[in-house]
Amino acid sequence: MTLREHVPSEAQVRRTAYRRRQTVYSVLVAASSTAALGMLLVIAVTGAPGWDRVRQSFLDPAIARDALPAVLSGLWLNVRLLVCCAAGALVLGLVISVLRTLRGPIFFPVRALAAGYTYTFRGLPLIIVLYLLTLGVPGLRLQGMPPVLVLGGLALVLTYGGYLAEVFRAGIESVHPSQLAAARSLGLTYRQTMRHVVLPQAVRRVAPPLLNDVVALQKDVGLVSLAGPIDAVRAAQIATAQSFNYTPYIVAGVLFVLLAIPLIAVTDWVTLRAARRQSGG
Amino acid sequence: MASSSRLFALTLAGAVVVATAGCAPQVEKPMPTVIDSPSCAKDSLPTRTPGKLTIATDQPAYEPWFSKDKPDNGEGFESAVAYAVAEKLGYARADVTWTRVKFDTAIAPGPKNFDFDINQFSITEERKQAVDFSAPYYLVRQTVIALKSSKIAGRKSLADFRDARLGAQVGTTSYQAITEVLKPAAKPQVYNSNDDAKKALQNGQIDGLVVDLPTAFYITGAEITDATIVGQVPQVGTPEAFGLLLDKNSPLTSCVTGAVGQLTEAGTLKQLEQKWLAQVAGAAELR
Repeated sequence: MTLREHVPSEAQVRRTAYRRRQTVYSVLVAASSTAALGMLLVIAVTGAPGWDRVRQSFLDPAIARDALPAVLSGLWLNVRLLVCCAAGALVLGLVISVLRTLRGPIFFPVRALAAGYTYTFRGLPLIIVLYLLTLGVPGLRLQGMPPVLVLGGLALVLTYGGYLAEVFRAGIESVHPSQLAAARSLGLTYRQTMRHVVLPQAVRRVAPPLLNDVVALQKDVGLVSLAGPIDAVRAAQIATAQSFNYTPYIVAGVLFVLLAIPLIAVTDWVTLRAARRQSGG
Repeated sequence: MASSSRLFALTLAGAVVVATAGCAPQVEKPMPTVIDSPSCAKDSLPTRTPGKLTIATDQPAYEPWFSKDKPDNGEGFESAVAYAVAEKLGYARADVTWTRVKFDTAIAPGPKNFDFDINQFSITEERKQAVDFSAPYYLVRQTVIALKSSKIAGRKSLADFRDARLGAQVGTTSYQAITEVLKPAAKPQVYNSNDDAKKALQNGQIDGLVVDLPTAFYITGAEITDATIVGQVPQVGTPEAFGLLLDKNSPLTSCVTGAVGQLTEAGTLKQLEQKWLAQVAGAAELR
């Protein structure tokens, strides 16, 4: 018996054609409505009174060109700090959350310490932590004081470690107890259970909020500049102070958004994938 | 229902119109022009006490602007400048009387009980709304300060700061002095306020801090007593300018401005600055 080649029925062909037409039609409608709204916005913005002044003080191309090199070299500092601090905060957060979810009465002090840590550093304003570490601690004049960037990075890691620890803990506690029971009944130790069963599921589940916190960290690393180093925003501030024009801030803002786009895209993609998995699609 | 939603729409439209009108740009007014005053001969000068010149300053008057809180001894930069201006206007030392007026009182609008006030008043547009200023008698210089224990304390030349870690407050001429004149190899450290910068200096996180000269005298004299002024940096950017303060629309303004202008041209003010700020007060010139 040979398989006949599949020939779609008359009805199926019509259905496919109809669907294609519908797709083309909706794309056209979307494009024209977007164009219409865009035109309206352009007319409303450029026709508004004071638009010329807005352009002068926020969108001056010559000043933007002059400020760009300084802002970019500041942004390089932000990027380096972000990579180091994000890695540090993720590791610290994971460790704290694992300590906070340990079982048994013997670990009570460890759990209490971990809980106290998250309460403290989620409640403390980042500025205070930064000031204490970058300007307060060096005042002790101890031997082998690390440079100010390291101290600033430490402040960020401590603060964001607190946030991320809570996100990880939510993930760990969202794994159903039956998973744990099943793993233990197979003879896995507690450590193996955490390593192979609980944490993989937990981390996957909380990936979107984790990445969200990393995006927030990306904007906060610049605060290290209050201890002296020049980051992108500080470079923009200096350029603005010299030209009395706010364009450098816009330049820095645009660069930050561009920097965040890949991270946000990854977050969206991970969220979408998780949602598809949940709905079994 | 329909009427209430229409009312809402009308209100909203009205609000939009009002908001748009509120966003309309302001019209800039032209600056008022100064009226020329009569001749500047001593006899025709309408001073508070005819034939006398009443000069004001704050109490206490600080070094190095005045000496020993005695403005009438002619010592200290501003006391010397005041007597030089008086002399240009034709007043002998005996014809000058001093009075004491609080800084904030002097720059506030209202009638004044002095002919002019000399008290490190920076000339600003806001203050010009309330009082008159003479031409500047001093352009504020930027200065490097350091702890006495620092490696840069005692350095004499601008080229000596290549290896220094310098700091300044953001958006100031002090920062420009680092990037345009001192040009250290390491990136300057920038702070939100001079308080943070002073802390970093005390911590040893920076070798030197750049501030303007009046601030430098204050910091090294009162705040961080183990800090010292390393030296003055050549003029950079648009410096702050100190002017003699007079009553708004005072008939003396143009004459006092003329006197200051003559002193500037003759190089007298430069000499006084050299003598009282660089030599006596110890803020050496970096070259």
